Amino acid sequence: MNEPDRRDPEAFLRQAAQEGRGRLKIFLGAAPGVGKTYEMLTDGMQRLKSGIDVVVGVVETHGRRETEALLAGHEVIPRREVEHQGHRLAEMDIDAILARQPQLVLVDELAHTNARGSRHPKRYQDVEELLDAGIDVYSTVNIQHVESLNDIVASFTRVRVRETVPDSILEMAEIQVVDLPPGELIERLKEGKVYIPAEASRALNHFFSRSNLTALREMALRRAAQAVDAQMLDYVRAHALAGSFAAGERIVVAISELPSAQGLVRAAKRLADALKAPWTAVHIETRRSLAFTAEERAHLADTMALASRLGATTATIPAPGVVEGLRQYATDARATQIVIGKAARSWWFELRHGSVVDRLVRDMGDVAIHVLPGDDRGHPRRAASATAGPWGKPSDYLWSTLMIALMTAIGKLLVQTIALGNIALLYLVPVMFAAASFGLRAGLFAGLLSSLAYNFFFLPPTGTLTVANPENVISILVLLGVAIVTSQFAARVRAQADLAHGSARQNAALAGFSRQLTAAASQDELMQAICGEVGRLFDVRTVLLVPSPDGPQLRAAVPPEDRLEQIEKAAAQWAMDNEQPAGRGSSTLTASDWLFHPLRTTQTGRGRGVLGVLGLAREDAGEPLRSDQVPLLMSLLDQASIAFDRMALEEEMLDARQIRERDRLRSALLSSVGHDLRTPLTTIISAVHELKQQHPSELADTVEAEAQRLTRFVANLLDMARVEAGALPLKVEPIDLFDAVAGAVHDTRQSLAGHEVRVDILPDIPLVRVDPTLLHHILINLLDNAGRYAEPGTPVVISGQRLPDAITLSVIDEGPGIPPGSEARVFDTFTRMEGSDRVKHGTGLGLAIVKGFAEAMGLGVSAANQTDPAGACFTLTFPQMLILAPLPDEDVT
Amino acid sequence: MTTPSSGRHKVLIIDDEPQIRRLIHAALTRADYATVEAADAREALEKLREERPDISLLDLGLPDRDGLELVPLIKQHSDTGLIVISARDATEQKVAALDLGADDYLTKPFDTDELLARVRVALRNRMTKDGGMSAVRAGDVTIDLMTRIVTKAGKEVHLTPKEYGVLVQLAKYPGRVITHQQIMAKVWPNEHEHHVEYLRVLVRTLRQKLEDDPQRPRIIANELGIGYRLKEGDGGETVSRLA
Repeated sequence: MNEPDRRDPEAFLRQAAQEGRGRLKIFLGAAPGVGKTYEMLTDGMQRLKSGIDVVVGVVETHGRRETEALLAGHEVIPRREVEHQGHRLAEMDIDAILARQPQLVLVDELAHTNARGSRHPKRYQDVEELLDAGIDVYSTVNIQHVESLNDIVASFTRVRVRETVPDSILEMAEIQVVDLPPGELIERLKEGKVYIPAEASRALNHFFSRSNLTALREMALRRAAQAVDAQMLDYVRAHALAGSFAAGERIVVAISELPSAQGLVRAAKRLADALKAPWTAVHIETRRSLAFTAEERAHLADTMALASRLGATTATIPAPGVVEGLRQYATDARATQIVIGKAARSWWFELRHGSVVDRLVRDMGDVAIHVLPGDDRGHPRRAASATAGPWGKPSDYLWSTLMIALMTAIGKLLVQTIALGNIALLYLVPVMFAAASFGLRAGLFAGLLSSLAYNFFFLPPTGTLTVANPENVISILVLLGVAIVTSQFAARVRAQADLAHGSARQNAALAGFSRQLTAAASQDELMQAICGEVGRLFDVRTVLLVPSPDGPQLRAAVPPEDRLEQIEKAAAQWAMDNEQPAGRGSSTLTASDWLFHPLRTTQTGRGRGVLGVLGLAREDAGEPLRSDQVPLLMSLLDQASIAFDRMALEEEMLDARQIRERDRLRSALLSSVGHDLRTPLTTIISAVHELKQQHPSELADTVEAEAQRLTRFVANLLDMARVEAGALPLKVEPIDLFDAVAGAVHDTRQSLAGHEVRVDILPDIPLVRVDPTLLHHILINLLDNAGRYAEPGTPVVISGQRLPDAITLSVIDEGPGIPPGSEARVFDTFTRMEGSDRVKHGTGLGLAIVKGFAEAMGLGVSAANQTDPAGACFTLTFPQMLILAPLPDEDVT
Repeated sequence: MTTPSSGRHKVLIIDDEPQIRRLIHAALTRADYATVEAADAREALEKLREERPDISLLDLGLPDRDGLELVPLIKQHSDTGLIVISARDATEQKVAALDLGADDYLTKPFDTDELLARVRVALRNRMTKDGGMSAVRAGDVTIDLMTRIVTKAGKEVHLTPKEYGVLVQLAKYPGRVITHQQIMAKVWPNEHEHHVEYLRVLVRTLRQKLEDDPQRPRIIANELGIGYRLKEGDGGETVSRLA
């Protein structure tokens, strides 16, 4: 490597992802009966004894006594019964294990296929979920179940195993090979110590031959060694250790639409593993690929999915031709090895086009090219023409025959006047017409029939099919040639037209879809439009669910649907949580009739990833979606997400506008009320004051006191309105609590008349950072409250304390106190304390304002009763973040 | 001391509410001031020119013009002492008015004693601002502006230069509010960004040296969110000019 200290970020991520995740250990065996389960249980027992919390998720003992004895020492999580076609099957209860939260769980038979109706179709998917939950897993698997080795094993054992485990599972696991020499295994088999399902016993007799077992054993050992290598490699890459690992091998495997491409992918995987090289599966999309049948598209999608499961990156490259595209991609990706299949094409095709392999080999001198035989058995070749079926309709041939008959009749009329050779030209008309309209076969038919007719009716000797003049042979050949060439051209033109038609249909669908979505005026309309359009385009029933605290909530459905089964809800929930498709046709919760695709937001950082899930189902409960329809659905969902985000944004803007408008009105109202009330109050207070100067009287005193009270009420009402409007504008500055208290005491001197006010604040109490006006109102209300409830003559104490992480400021009176139990309620709006007989005057807003203002500034506020002397104590708490650190003396003075 | 020609001080009342004008007029007349009234900004500027009042009371909430705009205009075109009147929580408006040149402020609702006290202080400061004072007394504290000696109950109090700097800013205009910015611009002339916490700490140490009970300050009064005021104390004319 040129940069030895560079860490491979992917390797690092892989390692990081494993932290916090459970670890997987796989007991890998060459064949059934080598003792994997026994080994796993023994190992588990050791862990149990060393204090690890171990449970058994599922273990098959197959009646072996030693295994049963070992199992008896373990805690076994009871299996869950699943009803399937009248059978009751016991499957591992993954929810019970998750609820039990052990440190380690033992799960036998990793390749097992779960009964229909289980959460995941495959047990290894259950295991992945357990690992994700941070639980370590021990599991067992036989080598023939490993995905990438599946083909090879099948080729020499002649037993194809359907249950496979992706290689990626093995790659993240620690692998322990459970080894037993073939001789001993055969011995055990003879002793009946190996469990074999009755129905498979004959096939397995061949399977357990010495040569097979030897080969399998070697494969198991090699696979294990390779896993160790891979893990070592990851470690080396993640930690950027200088080391020598295979430099820069890159493998590209070219994938065709044929089913045999899967074998190609597995081969590439083996090559990649052997070379420890990254690999890419690439499909070169040419004009031809756009005309694929549904079946071919499905094959292609399956192959791509397989490649990605096996750890390949996948790519689809549009190019004018396979060779050009592959060459371009291989150069860009700096591929060193290319794996391609030998296409089973006719010698005729290769003669005209040159074999892809030959041209690649010729063009790419420095790249190793591996050519593997294609395997097409059982898959009819595609016809060159794109008409309905290769042979066309019978009516095509009828029309051709009729036209040839017509030409023959015309020829008979003209034969006296024109040269015989020109008569042949007449036949070009039906041949070209048939070839152009009905395809190659009809064209050839027309060519053949024309030459026969020409021969029979016109060429001497007429009335026979003998050709006397060798020149006339050429005429016949020309007719056939014209048929072939014309039909080829016509077929190509027609294929392109079909293609253009197809993509036009798709584009029209997309355009129509986004037009429908744009027309929606509300979220509900939008959801209904999405359901309706998707339902129409794919001919399915649709539902749209959005996340809510109570689980997925149905928001739209076409046709109307009001409830979903539990399993469907579970699938929808899973799709929301994991942002992955779930349900029928996906790999999760396949028992659901519905397939759910997540609708992701296109905007990042908005806090929610999934807007909802779209569910699809067929009336006949079939697969809701063909795999070739998935890309179109994805495009539609993207459009839908964009429409959703746009609408959310519009609604937010509208909300913000409404809120602004409401706030503007509210503050306009408040300030006008405030102004309108205050001006007369100012006049009254000042006027009474003047009056008292000139004619002192008790009446004037009363008017003044009441006017003062009214002023306070108005002030409180305005303050409360501000609190309830939310978002009080704060003007925070450092203040001295002495100033704050002195100001409040000064302004409440009338309500506190008759009380001795004691200020008891720590002399060097730090400054605090608050809004001085709000704090002033808080203190005024607290002091007012104390003055109102405490009997005249009793002291009111204002106490300031420094706690380790806060400052408290308390107003303590010796009044009746707070009714026990309502300490928190006193801060509610319009709560008045009823502890004493007397109903005290006041609006009941004071303490609510205290709370509202305090919280706006981040202060804590609490009420409590004092015992010695008895009374109420209201405490403001200034948290550490509002307290200023003491300033250094030299900076100040 | 400058003496107004009429013998009585003239006060201009600028307020759009007739009943407030009437009331202020009554209070001022009782204290033997002459009054002139204006209902809006245009009339106010007119009366300023014609009547040359000693003191103007300006309500910041005028119908035809933002009161704050009027403050510098009034200070430009006349030498009247200017007291602004504004609503309870309009702290920023008050600070802005003071920084624009207003001499003091009053908050609605006010009682007439408060009004008269402010008018008195503004008048005194206006009359003494050219000649200046040599010493100021607040309670039992005397600040000699010439010798820079501060005494409390006859005993000299040692102040740091910054403490004295703050005290002098207040003592130059006894009884009048001085904003934080005004003080800090003088005491920390080289700092571009002023931090109120330094001023708060300095005032606290000053109070500890000057006040009888620093927990209940009587000499240096805090004006919520605005500034400080050297208080006249309880005995009326406790701040006096020593010849």
